[in-house]
Amino acid sequence: MRLIANKIFLVFSVLSAVIGLSFLAWILITLFIKGLGSFHFSLFLNDLIDGGLRNLIIGQFILAGLAAAIGIPLGMAAGIYIQEYGRGRYASVIRDLSDIMMSAPSIVIGAFVYAVIVVPTGGTSGFAGAIALAIMMIPVVINTTDNMLSLVPRELREAGIALGASKYRVILDIVIKAAKVGIMTGILLAFARIIGETAPLLFTSETSNYFSLDLTESFPSLTVSIYDLANEPEESSRDLAWAASFILTVLVLIINLTGRFFTRNKD
Amino acid sequence: MPVMKIKKFSFTYPGVDHPSLRNITLPIEKNKITALIGPSGCGKSTLLRSMNRIHDVYSGNKYEGKIELLDFETNQRNNILDIKKENELIKLRQQVGMIFQKPTPFPMSIFDNVAYGLRIAGLKNKTELSDRVEQALKDGALWKEVHDRLGKSAMGLSGGQQQRLCIARAVAVKPEVLLFDEPTSALDPISTGAIEELLVELKKDVSIAIVTHNMQQASRISDYTAFMYLGDLIEYDKTENIFLNPKEKRTEDYITGRFG
Repeated sequence: MRLIANKIFLVFSVLSAVIGLSFLAWILITLFIKGLGSFHFSLFLNDLIDGGLRNLIIGQFILAGLAAAIGIPLGMAAGIYIQEYGRGRYASVIRDLSDIMMSAPSIVIGAFVYAVIVVPTGGTSGFAGAIALAIMMIPVVINTTDNMLSLVPRELREAGIALGASKYRVILDIVIKAAKVGIMTGILLAFARIIGETAPLLFTSETSNYFSLDLTESFPSLTVSIYDLANEPEESSRDLAWAASFILTVLVLIINLTGRFFTRNKD
Repeated sequence: MPVMKIKKFSFTYPGVDHPSLRNITLPIEKNKITALIGPSGCGKSTLLRSMNRIHDVYSGNKYEGKIELLDFETNQRNNILDIKKENELIKLRQQVGMIFQKPTPFPMSIFDNVAYGLRIAGLKNKTELSDRVEQALKDGALWKEVHDRLGKSAMGLSGGQQQRLCIARAVAVKPEVLLFDEPTSALDPISTGAIEELLVELKKDVSIAIVTHNMQQASRISDYTAFMYLGDLIEYDKTENIFLNPKEKRTEDYITGRFG
């Protein structure tokens, strides 16, 4: 009887895994076929106005990079505070808030930034988009920093203090170094997440058909343009959307794999 | 002559009603090894961790009584429990070093590990720094094994080597007292032997207090032994007296393995 139950459970779990994975494979295969079909290296050389994706890819990186430049220091500082300095209720309230923020729907964050930045400043801008992405990134960085620092043994901190180092030196010189790999991995994964986001940008930075470095205006974004292109009636626009999706997926995949590579080569 | 005098010392952890240490009076003699022995929970580690105020990493502890440390520069005895300022605590920890149960190499090179305390103390001169690091590694009986790979990560050393590195790191800042909290309990017998030899060698330059669960270790290396039980100091004497001729029944019972 137990043997049969065992077998049934095994078959059930294998079947579920196959179903789940085949959907994933389906998505990837469709993406590769449709995307590769419309893919051409000239896409990297021309801007959207000329039928290419150059301005969008660069724009997406600038938005995500600026978001990371805002989000990483703030998130790490908050994570360090919670783990190393925070005492009792105050720290745990911040931790809970951060966890709640992590699961906040990205469209809500976009709406929030629209209300507090886009409306007062009188229009969509690259800054607004980057800030929306930074808000998405901060709780993930807080969570990673907090968790990774908590894995550093207590004795290591005490050993630093026992050598005459002050608390902040111990944190900067020893604790963060010990947790470096984990924190970097977490940050990379957070970056991979925000670089593929659409909703927070949809009504904050919008997108632009032209190459631009002016962050005070609507800013070119790969993800928002995919959304726009897919809604256009012409076949050529939809093909371009497929190619853009393909490039975006490969980018996210590369960043993800880099993160995993770091974790594997810990020493 | 004692380098440290613990007088009527009591210690209470935060959120606990009764003290974990009661009325301890004990000298730490200069250039000798003093062993603190006793069953688990007797307070020997708590006492050791009071001697450099490492307890203060966590707030809310209560100290009573006195722990007087002889300052070699001014030849005065100061009560370390009076210290309130951060920079004076830092000075205390430079005078009273500590080695932990588990080796605690920092995630940096062997050289940087040993240089860490020196740099913190403000030593910048490169030649002097590398001289002091070399001397410390020699004092820690590790120089021969690592002199050709000082730039390599300390995490690649064996457990025993890591512990000797921690000793070298502590010795480098030239402390007056070194506190050892069960320094060999995570090590194999050969590494343990090496560290015991090292301790006996080190006492020429520094006074040592060591917490140990291993009574053979206490009898092999220490000059004085304090037996503690449930937060009280039961007996303190020369090591041979404690082991051969204990005055207290409880000491004898513990030494002979009747409890513990």
